[in-house]
Amino acid sequence: MNKIYADADAAVADIRDGATLMLGGFGLCGIPEHCIAALVRKGVRDLTCISNNAGVDDFGIGLMLKGRQVRKMISSYVGENAEFERQLLSGELEVELIPQGTLASRCMAAGYGMPAIYTPAGVGTEVAEGKECREFGGKTYLLEMAFDADFALVKAWKADRMGNLVFKATARNFNPLMAMAGKITVAEVEELVEPGELDPNTIHVPGIYVQRLVVGTHFEKRIEQRTVRTPLP
Amino acid sequence: MLDKNGIARTIARELKDGYYVNLGIGIPTLVANFIPEGMEVQLQSENGLLGMGPFPWEGSEDPDLINAGKQTITTLPGSSFFDSAMSFGMIRSGKVDLTVLGAMEVAQNGDIANWKIPGKMVKGMGGAMDLVASARNIVVAMQHVNKAGESKLLPRCTLPITGLACVRKVVTELGVFGFEQEGFVLLERAPGVSCDYIRDKTWGHLSSTGYELEIQWI
Repeated sequence: MNKIYADADAAVADIRDGATLMLGGFGLCGIPEHCIAALVRKGVRDLTCISNNAGVDDFGIGLMLKGRQVRKMISSYVGENAEFERQLLSGELEVELIPQGTLASRCMAAGYGMPAIYTPAGVGTEVAEGKECREFGGKTYLLEMAFDADFALVKAWKADRMGNLVFKATARNFNPLMAMAGKITVAEVEELVEPGELDPNTIHVPGIYVQRLVVGTHFEKRIEQRTVRTPLP
Repeated sequence: MLDKNGIARTIARELKDGYYVNLGIGIPTLVANFIPEGMEVQLQSENGLLGMGPFPWEGSEDPDLINAGKQTITTLPGSSFFDSAMSFGMIRSGKVDLTVLGAMEVAQNGDIANWKIPGKMVKGMGGAMDLVASARNIVVAMQHVNKAGESKLLPRCTLPITGLACVRKVVTELGVFGFEQEGFVLLERAPGVSCDYIRDKTWGHLSSTGYELEIQWI
């Protein structure tokens, strides 16, 4: 069993124009920055990207937007990206905004082999337009379909070569869900350890969900909003 | 009239020992500064943390540890991390005791609009639609009027809706408002603000006895 790829370029080499991708991360926290850089180098286009956010102008998915590689974004919040807003308003970029919990649950459904979920989020709003509604116990819910993505690109803290993954702090976010949901999952990790070194009790995603591993050499891990405590005067 | 900290302090009176609380971005975040001494409250950050601590000291920021506003934060003894599905699972299943969030508009039937201004601002709803669709106890913290001087407490929302009939209480710089059959009801006045002034700034239906007490913090 060898899931280890030489680098991110090799791991994304077969991602073709028009592919649907899931990209883990919340804001810039826990994003697969090496895979994104490799996609930018590769110049693949017409991508549909499922990701909670769209990066910032010069980092994360923002780099792919700058190169006009993205045809459609499916996200819950896209506030921090001027180029994104420009492409959205000019009609170059198609955007589907969905509630954050719905995004997570549609990933989860895919990873658990369920075709759809019912959620109350978005009932009575624009999000509900054209969707099936159903009442359970007197409350209305929307039918939301599981995502169908060709590739999931995720970022983990540690992995062994079996593909077992461990995430760190809030960099976990959508990563385990997307890792489970992708037809082919590429996990870029900070640290690769020998099988047996990770306690089986603490593994967040079992290796069966992970097809490819890339060990990142230098993670930038940019901070979007650096906030610190101010000492009392 | 209340300042932002006054609004946060007023909302903090809703806290109870053992509560799990989700605080939105902006004024709601300030509520964390008014948790009474000795009261155990765990803050939920919907990006995957229960038991959110204060901002880190300079030099100890961790890029892997942020809140829902993407700010660097810390954990506390008893904190836990989880993925986004579990995070919204605890929200949808009603485990979060109190949700405080901002709004652009609140309607007199409890509808809330806070995610989109057509043609002007399209940032997205983030977790707001999930929160307002499921949380049992939703308090809105906001300014009473917008930058154009128009009331944000309206008969009906004019902006795209985030959630229907879900807000339980609104706290603005002018007072504390609840909901009854006909519309808003003035529960308390901010110090130095008259009922007439509040009525003038509230475009939705407002019931008041005219003798509402000033907000007390103790």
